[in-house]
Parts: sequence; C-alpha cells; structure tokens
Amino acid sequence: MTGRRTFLAAGGATIASIRTILPARAQAPQDVVLTNVSYDPTRELYRAIDDAFSKRWQESTGQKVTIRASHGGSGKQARSVIDGLQADVVTLALAADIDAIAREAKRLPADWQSRLPNNSAPYTSTIVFLVRKGNPKGIKDWPDLARQGVGVVTPNPKTSGGARWNYLAAWAFELDRTKGDQAAARKFVEAIYRNVSVLDSGARGATTTFAQRAVGDVLIAWENEAFLVQQEFGADKFDIVVPPFSILAEPPVALVDAVVDKRGTRKVAQAYLDFLYSPMGQKIIAQNFYRPFKPDAADPADLARFPKIRLTTIDQAFGGWTKAQAEHFADGAAFDQIYKPGRPVTR
Amino acid sequence: MSAAAVTGWVPALRKPSALPGFGITLGFALTYLSLIVLIPLAVLVARAGELGLEGVWQVATQPRVLAALKVSFLTAAAASVINALFGAVVAWVLVRYEFPGRRLLDAAVDLPFALPTAVAGIALAALYATNGWIGAPFAPWGIKIAFTPLGILIALIFVGLPFVVRTVQPVLQDFDREVEEASATLGATRLQTVLRVVLPGLTPAILTGVALAFARAVGEYGSVIFIAGNIPFESEIAPLLIVTRLEEFDYAGAAALAAVMLAISFLTLLAINALQAFSRRRFGDA
Repeated sequence: MTGRRTFLAAGGATIASIRTILPARAQAPQDVVLTNVSYDPTRELYRAIDDAFSKRWQESTGQKVTIRASHGGSGKQARSVIDGLQADVVTLALAADIDAIAREAKRLPADWQSRLPNNSAPYTSTIVFLVRKGNPKGIKDWPDLARQGVGVVTPNPKTSGGARWNYLAAWAFELDRTKGDQAAARKFVEAIYRNVSVLDSGARGATTTFAQRAVGDVLIAWENEAFLVQQEFGADKFDIVVPPFSILAEPPVALVDAVVDKRGTRKVAQAYLDFLYSPMGQKIIAQNFYRPFKPDAADPADLARFPKIRLTTIDQAFGGWTKAQAEHFADGAAFDQIYKPGRPVTR
Repeated sequence: MSAAAVTGWVPALRKPSALPGFGITLGFALTYLSLIVLIPLAVLVARAGELGLEGVWQVATQPRVLAALKVSFLTAAAASVINALFGAVVAWVLVRYEFPGRRLLDAAVDLPFALPTAVAGIALAALYATNGWIGAPFAPWGIKIAFTPLGILIALIFVGLPFVVRTVQPVLQDFDREVEEASATLGATRLQTVLRVVLPGLTPAILTGVALAFARAVGEYGSVIFIAGNIPFESEIAPLLIVTRLEEFDYAGAAALAAVMLAISFLTLLAINALQAFSRRRFGDA
C-alpha cells in the first residue's frame, strides 16, 4: 500500500515538473497525498488551508492533492515523526520540536529554520487569558494568576508546546518587571503552578477541562485557541483577557526532506508551505485567529481583532529555544523543580 | 527449537500422559510465548539495561517517581479490592437470579472491555467533574472526584470490573446448590452459609479476577489520563511519567521506569498466585 502510494506520488511529482515546462499540454496527473503533522489547536486553520490549497493546486497543475492532517501535543507529534511517521511537512508549536526531529532522526537539515521567511513562521500568535464571563476574579495581568484562590488551567509543558509558551511568557513577564531577576521569576512561576489543579497533556485537553469541566478561573491559552473557544461556546460564556505584556509565539513549519525525497512529494509539499506565505494563505491565517506574517494581505476586519500587546521573544528573554529547553524543561530543570514532595497546596 | 528436541528430554521430567502431542504443543506454546511476550519484555529490559543496575535504581528512587509508583499501585490495589467485593456480588446476582433484563445486564458487564479507554476516560471525567451529573451533588460538600486520586480510582474500578465478574461467574454456575441447601438443613444461618460454604469455594476465582484487574489497572493509561489531574506528587501515575520520559527522548529512562513497574507487578502477581494456591489447599478446589 505504502509502496504503491509512493509510486503514485513520485509519478505525480514528475508530471507536475513536466507541466511547468509544458503548461499548455493537458495531461492526467496522478493523485497525491500529503501528510501534515501539526499540533493541537491548528485543526481549524489547516482544514481551511488544505481546502484552499488543494483547489488552487488542482487549478494550476490539474493534479488532485489530498492532505492528511494529524494533530496532537507538539512534543508527541515530533516524537511520532522521529519514530517513523511519514510526515511530508511538519507544522509544530515551537522550533525546539522540529530541532529535535533534525537532531534525533536527521530527517531534515539542522538549518531548516532559515529556509523559509520569518524564521519559518508564516503566522505568529501570543499567549492570552480566557476567563469566565464577567471575569468574576478580576484577572487582568500575570500577577493575578499567582494570587491565592485563583484556579489556573494550563497543560503540562513537558508534553505540550503551547504550555511551554505559557510558562515562558509568565517567566518573561516577571523578568521584565524585575529587570532580570531570575530568582524572582522562578518564585513567580512557582506560585502560578501552585494554583494549577489539572495538568493536561495538550492544549486542547486543557481547553476542554476549563470550558467543559468547569475547572479553574482562568485558562492560559494561545490567542487563537481563546478566540476559538469563544466562537464555539458563545461569547456569553467566556471573556478574553489580554495582558499588557506577553510573548511572541512563532510556530514554525518545515519540509521533512527525508520523507519528501523518498515519496517524491517535494514539489507539492514545498508549494503547500509556500501557500501559507501567499496573500491567500495569509488571509486564511488571519481569519483563523492567527496573526499573519504579512498583514497587508489579510482582511482589516480580521486584523482589528488582535489587540496591541507588548511582546518579548524567546531570543530576547531566554537566548533561544535550545537554551530555554535545557534550562526549563529538561529532566530535573526549572519546571521539574517546581514540584517537590509535600509542597503546600494553596488552592 | 524443534519439537523433536523438546520430546527428547522432556519425557523424563513429566508424568506419563495418555494424551499424545505433548512435545509439539509444548514446543508451540514456548515459541509462541517467546514471540508474543518474552522477546518484547527482553527488549524492554535490555533497553533499561543501558543505564546499568545503578542507573535503574537511580531512576526508580527519585522522589517524584516513587510518588507516582505509589499513586499507581495504591489506586490499582484499592480498585481491585473494591472490584472483588462488588464484582462478586454482580456475578452472584447474574448467576443466581432470573429477572427481566438479566441478559442485557450481563452483556453490559463487558462494556469496559469493549470501550476504547480514552472514550471511557472522557465520559468519566465529564460525569465526575464538579459540573457533571455525578460530580455536581458532591461539589457543595467540598468533595472533588475528577482530577484527584479519587478520579483515578473510579477509572480503574471501571476498567477492572469485568475481570472479577467474568472469572467468578462460571465457578458460581458450577456450584452445587445442594451444598448450600445441605448447609441450611444442618442448621447454619444464612450468613454462615455464605461465609463458610459459598465464599471459600469462590475465593480462588475471586483472587484470579483481582490479579487480572490489578494487572490491568497498574498499566492503565488511556482512561486515567483524562480524569487524573496529572499533578506531580498528587495525581500523577507512573505510566504518565513513562510517557513524559519519551517526550524528552529519554528512551532508556522510560524503559527503566517500565522495567521497575514490571518487576513490582510481577512480584504482586506472584504473591496473589501464592495466596490462591494457599486458599485452594485450605478450602479444596472449587
């Protein structure tokens, strides 16, 4: 089955390349299947992108392309690819996870991030708060999450990429407030996690826990996820609170060279990623609550939904993902140190 | 290993049997068990062995690991004891009484087997959350079920129930009613009949069910993860720590943890088997 698909895909790519030479000649190219391994809250975005892309690809090449999407916690998805999941493209929550694929399985070159514009991030997002309607606990900024008696929901940073952004955003906030006091930042983040009663493994799980199981007063969430919850459950149930300061999250995308070369899908996979950067792709991105890399192409009404926030970056605050990963999320690092036996439970 | 080689040396060790085919069936059983069970386990142990005995010990004695192992094994033990009690009652009702809907109820016992565990976990979390049908009445009393160790217990009881019911049922079916009637005619009270006549005969079956339910509960991941809360030192189960290790690409560490769990489970199962053998000798084979 796989062999046959590979063959078909290879045929498709060859024909596609012939077509670029002879665009007028009508041929019947073979169907092709692309696998996009993505993270949790991008389901809706990629459903829209995939529809638009396959339509455009068929119009320009005559080839029918089907995109299979796989979603889950970003770290788990990266591990699946390392363990052999045949992903043509990966669109994960953070660069560290794609770095891991490059490092552990050598499926793409180490400099993958410089191959596409904007650090390979066609869209960005940030971390905001979702609270229950009317904001009964009066949550406005990061310090409110560390207050006693506030229930916080966020997934486990060990398994969820989004959760790592949440954690680092909180840490960066306190660093910024105290002009770089790491010890204060550690205490601050500890206080927030003391208010967390459920650590789900992925961002979607945490959203469900907060929205459907009525756990906690505030969900630390991707901006796009917060908008989606409002859309899904109605604006009369939840309010979005945008803190004055947050972190610029750049979820990157990459071609998995080892897979596209084996399956002969490089051309269509590259076109798929390029499509994300196209005006139409950018427009769809803004529609789906992600901040587009090139806002000019997006609908101004969509852009108006994104409030202005002062944003730090992973490079500014933490010196890049590799460093942040080692200092905060490695075994026994800062996050693990938050949890000690017999710690006082304040919630 | 060929069947001939097995028959070559085994006859000396076994009691004579009228049944032919011992060599070939034993050979097959050994090969099959090796392929399906022993080789994968050997790989696991080999993977853990990369750390050395000292490394495995270090992994196993981290406070967080100890806490997770405690949560896993205690909740599994509690769940299997509860299942022993109520599973036996369910089996009793299904075997001894005729009532409308009995077959339906009987079929329902197997549902936890059939249901994907994740589905079970999500359904249980929805029911037992503070806004769920069962969780809500408890909430005003300050009792939280979902996202606490209590939630883990509920999930484990759920997945373990069929094991006890299905092992006790056939034994109960084969039970001679006359024995109970004789006990009654000899002047025993109902309680005496149950405790001294029925229960001893059922004990080995119940223990088998408990062992199976326990083994299943210790390794259960899918359903627990949705209802546990997953807070380290509180409601984090050992299988979750294994998955976390995998996320960190620490395959050896994950295997070490798994090997430790395997060892504890194996010892526990051995103990239950010994208990079973003891109760067989004590009360006679049921």
